Amino acid sequence: MRKCELRDLGRVGYAEAFELQRGLVDRRKRGEIPDQLLILEHPHVVTLGRNGSLANVLASPEVMARAGIEFHQTDRGGDVTYHGPGQVIGYPIFDLREWKRDVVAYVRAIEQAIIGALEEFGIPARREQGATGVWTDRGKVAAIGVHISRWVTSHGLALNLTTDLSYFRYIVPCGLTKPVTSMRELGCQASRGEVVGALARGFGREFGFDEILTSTEKAL
Amino acid sequence: MTDVVMPQMGESIVEGTLTKWLKKPGERVERDELLFEISTDKVDTEIPSPVAGVLAQVLVEEGQTVAINTVVGRIDEGGVAVAATPAPEPEAVSEPVPAPAPVVVETPAPAEESAGPISPLVRRMARDHSIDLRLVRGTGMGGRITKQDVEAHLAKAPAPREAGAKVRIEPMSVMRQRIAEHMLASKRTSAHVTTFHRVDMTRVVRLRARVKEDFQARHGFALTYLPFIARAAAEALRAYPLLNASIDGANIVYHNQIDIGVAVALEGGYGLIVPVIRNADEKNVVGLQRAIVDLATRARTKQLKPDEVQGGTFSITNFGSFGSLFATPVINQPQVAILGVGAVEKIPVVIEDDAIAIRSVCILGLSFDHRLIDGALADLFCQKVKAILETWSEDVL
Repeated sequence: MRKCELRDLGRVGYAEAFELQRGLVDRRKRGEIPDQLLILEHPHVVTLGRNGSLANVLASPEVMARAGIEFHQTDRGGDVTYHGPGQVIGYPIFDLREWKRDVVAYVRAIEQAIIGALEEFGIPARREQGATGVWTDRGKVAAIGVHISRWVTSHGLALNLTTDLSYFRYIVPCGLTKPVTSMRELGCQASRGEVVGALARGFGREFGFDEILTSTEKAL
Repeated sequence: MTDVVMPQMGESIVEGTLTKWLKKPGERVERDELLFEISTDKVDTEIPSPVAGVLAQVLVEEGQTVAINTVVGRIDEGGVAVAATPAPEPEAVSEPVPAPAPVVVETPAPAEESAGPISPLVRRMARDHSIDLRLVRGTGMGGRITKQDVEAHLAKAPAPREAGAKVRIEPMSVMRQRIAEHMLASKRTSAHVTTFHRVDMTRVVRLRARVKEDFQARHGFALTYLPFIARAAAEALRAYPLLNASIDGANIVYHNQIDIGVAVALEGGYGLIVPVIRNADEKNVVGLQRAIVDLATRARTKQLKPDEVQGGTFSITNFGSFGSLFATPVINQPQVAILGVGAVEKIPVVIEDDAIAIRSVCILGLSFDHRLIDGALADLFCQKVKAILETWSEDVL
């Protein structure tokens, strides 16, 4: 029986969420807890992945600080991205040894979970060869960046629900000069709760969870 | 010695990039302790060490991409850490390190030799290949030079290097050789002439300044001057189709499609590629900017398909983005003209009624093949481009 605990945490600072993930990853590695799916939202923050290029951060640190945007270098895969209010962040802490030992399949499954969730709201979305993430006709609606240690995952996805897209002008998202969009821009009026529900169902399908327990607790 | 390989992190994965060594050569690592990090697509993965020992050799440097199962490093299970790390646990040295075989010194050792004892094999290899061992980096225990180090040194240096040499010889990349051939062939083929026209870009500059934030937010990429130039050039090519032609023996080949190549400088100025915007005359400024950004991005990440860099009928090169005011570009064969775009900058100019005003100005340099195109036609073409840019009236991009 595959079990997952979904923690819907509301707004959490980037550094705090990072520490939270670290703690849960350690406990997951020791087998003390089942798979975790953290759902949250960050205040304005620009993060740069391990393989990212600072050239893709268009604004100077002073400009970003003035605009109230934090900046973090972090250990997920991928290039630069922006997180902020109106985004649904999903951080799965999964032990892939209990699913498939395949990092590409993992990323593809996350994409599929998001595509399935969008389908529930009538938004046609797809993958694009060579550009990880979830794409619509009007641009990229969800970004993915993952870190794996001993087959336990951290970091994850950012789905734009009502994100103020003008914040993306500070960066070249993922080093790709392609447009970014949101569910709201695509004409979807769904509430955050409805989207989180659809995402949970998407993850359940793709990762074969028999049970997803939802809570709002940060720690056990 | 245990080989550490690039692991296969999934069925469809054929290669990975080693992004970071978490241990230095000579440092001790425990079994299952994290040893290095790799990256595939959007996933960063930490890889633990398969055995306990000392990281003896690093064969793949940070940033290199290698096929799966490539040996990235070697761990000496009986090794003693030499780097400034906490003292190894006593049991780690229970297996004695084999003492180096007695060395019969046949040639006087170089005075500065400090890499520790040198094995007879390494000494013989060095003599056979006239290698100065002081130039070889030892990665063996205690910085000792191993057979592999000598082989690596030989592979690195294509010609034996004399100590104190004044030059360094390196083979050209394939791309560099191709560029060299193309440039020379073009100069041999065409009768190059370059004509310069000064264009008042003030209207375009104002329009761009007004819409650029909205443009970036809406499309996710920046608006530059280049799509305006390309738009104007495409229009002028329609008016003067001889500039969109090529020469085939004694025939003139008129191309019915306007396919504009845009020169893209690769990372660090090492290399150049000219991807092609098909049917450029049918695109608006947004479409042209999107095509330019897409092609440039994929050119820099080496994702262009072969047919995307072939079959252009005219080219534009934007040296202005590197601050150049004007230049004489080389024609991209078999085309007959190339438009070079200088930097847009504010200068004082004399306008009507002999007044002096500050205007945003850019100098266009058109190199054309005088075999086919006369100066008058080239200048008519440039005047057309200039007129379109100076009277830009479309609020719609």
